[in-house]
Amino acid sequence: MSSTATAAPLPAPPVNLGARHARWQFWGAVMVVPYLLVFVVFVLYPVGYGLWLARHPQSYVKLVEDPIFFRSVINTAIFLVVAINIKMLVALVLSGFFVTSRWWIKIVSAIFILPWAMPSIPTILSIRFMLNPEWGVINSTIFRLTGADGPNWLNDPSLALAFAMVVHVWKSLPFWTLILVAGRLAIPSEQYEAASVDGASSWQKFRFVSWPALKTLYITSTILSMIWTLGDFNSVYLLTGGGPADLTHVLATLGIRYLRLDQVDLSMASIVVALPLVLPLVYFMMKRLSK
Amino acid sequence: MKRWTPKAIATEARLLLIGIPVLLWTLIPVYHMVLFAISSKDSATSGHLWPKNPTLDNFRIVFQQKHFYLDHFWLQLWNSLLIAVSVGALTLFVATTAAFAISRLRVRGGRTVMNLALFTYFIPAAFLAVPMYKTMGNYGLLNSQWALILAMVTIASPYCIWVLKQASDKLPYELDEAARMDGASPLQLFRLVYLPLMVPSLVAVGTYSLLLAWNEYLYAFLLLSNDRSVTLAVALGNFLSADDSPWELLMATGLIYAMPPAAIYYAFKRYMVGGLTAGAVKS
Repeated sequence: MSSTATAAPLPAPPVNLGARHARWQFWGAVMVVPYLLVFVVFVLYPVGYGLWLARHPQSYVKLVEDPIFFRSVINTAIFLVVAINIKMLVALVLSGFFVTSRWWIKIVSAIFILPWAMPSIPTILSIRFMLNPEWGVINSTIFRLTGADGPNWLNDPSLALAFAMVVHVWKSLPFWTLILVAGRLAIPSEQYEAASVDGASSWQKFRFVSWPALKTLYITSTILSMIWTLGDFNSVYLLTGGGPADLTHVLATLGIRYLRLDQVDLSMASIVVALPLVLPLVYFMMKRLSK
Repeated sequence: MKRWTPKAIATEARLLLIGIPVLLWTLIPVYHMVLFAISSKDSATSGHLWPKNPTLDNFRIVFQQKHFYLDHFWLQLWNSLLIAVSVGALTLFVATTAAFAISRLRVRGGRTVMNLALFTYFIPAAFLAVPMYKTMGNYGLLNSQWALILAMVTIASPYCIWVLKQASDKLPYELDEAARMDGASPLQLFRLVYLPLMVPSLVAVGTYSLLLAWNEYLYAFLLLSNDRSVTLAVALGNFLSADDSPWELLMATGLIYAMPPAAIYYAFKRYMVGGLTAGAVKS
């Protein structure tokens, strides 16, 4: 009797197990098909087709001979180095502000999210109207205070680019601050208590507790932000349209500009030349995330 | 009861010194939009910080489509909604099935699929736009709303798969084993065990993809051009083409367009912040 009782829960024969495993694998395969289809049809094929369109060497000759291209590369580099670093440093400081517990800071943090939660187009256009040389609120205020006409902000390429960076920071600062806030909240509070007992100043607490814990997240965030900023079309296009005289284009708007001018080969070439910059960053991120 | 020692006051003052500029920085462009939206045509551009006679007239004009820029306002609002909801639903389907297969069914090659998705997630959006536009032309989808829907599903799903896989991996594997013992099929496991447990994450990624599609400008303006098929974002962008655009109407329309995402964000804040930061912080 006892022998049959122990025999009952024995595993099913291996043949059956194999069949069941195959059935689960079959359903697994079926369920990744929708995404694989999306990937092949809307990523793999477009990228391959795009590279094929960019195959002619003369496209690259034409591209580097276009002064607008050179200017776009410089602008993109300024955007990446200046805007991103300012944004991430401010986000780092603000994350320290937002983890401080005060009832009113909770309210400020809920409002602070707005630029990220709202769509780009109405908010960036609002900033654009503020900068209007004739009736924008900034120049009206300058006129009321000094009696003098303010500058035509977006007519000066360096000012226009600077404001595009301001727009970019305004829009994406909340997201990165939120990420760093999450990073700070993950630091055990005992570490701060211990530092307090040792009589550490707030700078020392940051230097020896917060920063070592946040460093990796900070670097990863900076790199991810660089990749995404390379694709930030809105900040420049909606504020300056690439103007004045096509001097504020970045690579993200340049490709679209060529596309609108029906120069698809140049458009693709301008993206291909950015790949040596993009691919190492992408590789770094994939290494990090697929661990 | 808190005691206001000089040190405590100094700390509060320092915090306010950050808090007040942060509030001003955040709110000025938004306030400026509201100011335009409630100003009459003449007073909108007067440069005053509060309109002399605040009015809701602009909204009436928008709602009644009483301007040639706004001839199709309701249709375009509907397009935005329809496209966003379709993108949300399709992305949920594509991402949930993929995450389930990779994380729970441990399908062979799942890691590769994950890497493909991550790779897509990292392609700068404006760079993919050009080849995507040409491809949609090849597929004969240009100017069809399907082009925009499918493009946005492509852009939204990698991140959703990533977030869902992170959440899936946290579910105890014993659940699956118990279901298998009871003779559940993979689809039953998916429907009866997996989906109910994943609800918070599903809400987070569903909302994420819906908002992504609602807010999208570049792909919408490239892939759609017909006044009757464009989204409200493209219609707003079209205001830019004229020198004498009715700015006050543009800002009123912009405010209507910006409010649903902000409201949805605040309503689902609990889910979204958790889901969205989890993916990034993990790295």
